[in-house]
Amino acid sequence: MDALINGLIEILKPIGITEPVFQFMLVNAILGVSIYLTLYCGLFSLANAGFMAIGAYVGVILTQSFDLPLFGALLGGMIAAGLIAIPIGIPTLRLRDIYLAIATIGFGEIVRIMILNFDDFVGSILTLVQGERVRFTLIEGARGIKGIPKLTESWHLILFLLILMFFLTRLHHSRLGRAMTAIRQDEIAAASMGINVVYVKNVVFIMSAILAGAAGVFSGHLTRIVTPQAFGFDKTVDILAFAVLGGTSTWFGPIVGGLVLTALPESLRFLKEYRGVFTGLVLLVVIVYLPGGLINTTSWSKFIRRFTNRPESPPDENSGHSTTRAN
Amino acid sequence: MDTLLQQVVNAISLGAIYSLFALGYSLVFSILGVLNLAHSAIFMSGAFFGVLAVNQLGTPLWLAFILAMVGAGLLSVTLEFVAFRPLRRRNAPRIAQLISSIGAAILIVNIGQLIFLQQFGRTEAYFPRELVSLDPIIIESLSIRIAPIRMIIVVVSLLLTILMQYLVGRTQIGQHMRAVAFNQQTAALLGINVSRIFVFAFFLAGVFGGAAGMFYGVVFLNVTPFIGEDVALIGLTAIVLGGMGSIQGAVLGGYLVAGLQVISVVLGGSSYRNAVVFLLLFAILLVRPQGLLGQSESTRA
Amino acid sequence: MLELINVSRGFGGVQALSGVSLSVPPQRIVGLIGPNGAGKTTLINNVSGLDHPNGGQILFDGQPIEKEPSHRITRLGIARTYQNIRLFGEMTVRQNLLVGQHSLGRANILEAVFFSPRYRREERQYRARAEELLERFGLASVAGMAAGNLPYGDQRRLELARALATEPKVLLLDEPTAGMNPTETKALGEHIQDLRNDGLSILVIEHDMSLIHQVCDEIYVLNFGQIIAHGTSDEIRTDPVVIEAYLGRDDDGAA
Ligand SMILES: Nc1ncnc2c1ncn2[C@@H]1O[C@H](COP(=O)(O)OP(=O)(O)O)[C@@H](O)[C@H]1O
Ligand SMILES: [Mg+2]
Repeated sequence: MDALINGLIEILKPIGITEPVFQFMLVNAILGVSIYLTLYCGLFSLANAGFMAIGAYVGVILTQSFDLPLFGALLGGMIAAGLIAIPIGIPTLRLRDIYLAIATIGFGEIVRIMILNFDDFVGSILTLVQGERVRFTLIEGARGIKGIPKLTESWHLILFLLILMFFLTRLHHSRLGRAMTAIRQDEIAAASMGINVVYVKNVVFIMSAILAGAAGVFSGHLTRIVTPQAFGFDKTVDILAFAVLGGTSTWFGPIVGGLVLTALPESLRFLKEYRGVFTGLVLLVVIVYLPGGLINTTSWSKFIRRFTNRPESPPDENSGHSTTRAN
Repeated sequence: MDTLLQQVVNAISLGAIYSLFALGYSLVFSILGVLNLAHSAIFMSGAFFGVLAVNQLGTPLWLAFILAMVGAGLLSVTLEFVAFRPLRRRNAPRIAQLISSIGAAILIVNIGQLIFLQQFGRTEAYFPRELVSLDPIIIESLSIRIAPIRMIIVVVSLLLTILMQYLVGRTQIGQHMRAVAFNQQTAALLGINVSRIFVFAFFLAGVFGGAAGMFYGVVFLNVTPFIGEDVALIGLTAIVLGGMGSIQGAVLGGYLVAGLQVISVVLGGSSYRNAVVFLLLFAILLVRPQGLLGQSESTRA
Repeated sequence: MLELINVSRGFGGVQALSGVSLSVPPQRIVGLIGPNGAGKTTLINNVSGLDHPNGGQILFDGQPIEKEPSHRITRLGIARTYQNIRLFGEMTVRQNLLVGQHSLGRANILEAVFFSPRYRREERQYRARAEELLERFGLASVAGMAAGNLPYGDQRRLELARALATEPKVLLLDEPTAGMNPTETKALGEHIQDLRNDGLSILVIEHDMSLIHQVCDEIYVLNFGQIIAHGTSDEIRTDPVVIEAYLGRDDDGAA
């Protein structure tokens, strides 16, 4: 395995992809899938960075303060994110698109503010309880937790992603996967098929949170420092860009999106300086002119036609078929 | 430590800014039924155009204010053409429009950052202190100080709000706007040029967002490409609180949020300022998503 | 089988249903007719759990169901079609029929991941049943097409097939032949009769009187949210109250 990964890195090095870059590509692929799951079910949730933060903090605390191995931290981070998703999802998933977006953006901000004030808050409660001034430090507010050992290794990420991909192919061949597609297309009709729409949405929201939590644990043990600033709205936008760039018609899209969008600024150096501009352009241009994302061949051909000014070819039978969402 | 009354005075001028900002959000929402998440970037652009005019062109404050409003208005119209119209043409889902507006927001903020670096050498610029700080009016008996600029802001903001009410409620274009908001197809059948109404609505929203941004910059003196982030969620909270798409609601929401911030600073300290606002946002969405003044979806005009 | 007792539903000022009592006996085809806006769709919405009555009771096999949500109603054995077709347009015809069988299965996602025997057995059954329905409704040749790209008549038949995929005991059809040509309408009428002969109870809303007379065992007439007549097709045809209701509306329209 190691030899294989080293070989891969050697091949990728000339295009600017070093091992750390490679590892972030994989983490971001996981994040892309995390937001894809909710989008796939028609839910526009922007809570991913918040759940990633929860995973990262819980994971890092587990390895640093409780001496758990990375695997234990991974489980802990995923479970924590999943558990918190339950009380968040039950009330908010009733909301329609725009309102759900606003509520989940709000959730992300609340998580960030809670992390910022966590130590002070616990400290003041302890002070109250014990009757003397207690200074509590665990997660260090805005300064973040520093000096985290780099426990995440490439093979962890590759293995996780492979398992995830297998899970996704199975999902698409299951009742749950079909129910998700149905809900995205028509909630009312889905309910008349006997699908418990609220339940499915909550399950999907929890799965999405668990994945974001996992990505948080991995990234916390890659960056060696976790701060609340790293999980702000910007992060959610990045995650959204992975899914949008890759396309959300199949699970393959967000993985491609996560990999490509992370690698691109490293391979094309000039992009690094304009990273934000690039992310913005990706969201805007892909949504407007390339609706299916990178992996959608029909929208590519339309895109190319648009810029080569060739007349629209007459609609043929095949194009009708390939726009059909695969699942 | 300021007195409570002083805090209230501060809250009113902050509320004036928030409500101007929220008005723009609300106007576009009521007409398109879609949320323009790039409105906070428009806010930033207003402050940016203002500080640029004052510092690089040496204009007086009032002229900078007008330039800021027009600049932000035009940028907002550009958004309509680039980020919204193509999607509407294609009948894309609402989620697509939200995403493209997020993309536009990121794009504007980052381009802003590049221009800041190029113009000022760093991502920060200042309104010259002497430009805005005349002696504060001090009312000894109540022990409050009011900066004249804050009073100007409150007055101008009220005037603009009244202007908006008049435009939407009393003019022909306002009538057309309401018709489009109610039903685009019907409005088109009545011979209303729907595209032009959209352009006008975006311009108006941009003007209000830009004015709010400029005021914000003038009150706090410094302007960064990121000031939109300070108000993005606050503006959303204001319109959700007041009822999405309602003009009076947006104004009320702006003042309420500012008041709430001040109260939570007084009671809990500044670190809870936004937490309280967002918790409120959450609570409102869950309990009364149509807001305080909003009507239920089917009857929204 | 299905029984409505004094069911009422108002929307603000509009009383869409007021005190409607109606029953669909086992193995019968019951027609529901009435002018536009009479409340027919509202009635089906209330039975199917998409909407809920303000008053009255809806019994299915003697059990009250008026408070149950849509998906529970389907699981109990009541399926419906929509006046404005609601297919999953981006899915293929076959996938629409697989989704229709959602509530018949028990296998969860983990069983799918580990290919449990139950999962495999269920999937085999879904596929087989889907093929059966495709054959029965003449959709086999378009099974791989996106449902949204089908011609109108095929979409209507697919919606009926999809409703049957849920294995209902009662079927509610809201204007199933709207937009169909006479040949298609006649064929659909035969399908409906076949389904009754297979044991289903059917409530059908129709404007096409020839179809109503062709298939219905009994007919209810709804006007302004109230049942104004009930009887066999011959009784209804000659009922002065019914004629009045239809003609009265026409006069209003002309005035
Ligand atoms: N969701 C709703 N909100 C308000 N009014 C409704 C709603 N659904 C139906 N109505 C009203 O109820 C009446 C009956 O409608 P409907 O059941 O669709 O009639 P039909 O199917 O017999 O043509 C109409 O006046 C309609 O406007
Ligand atoms: Mg109807």
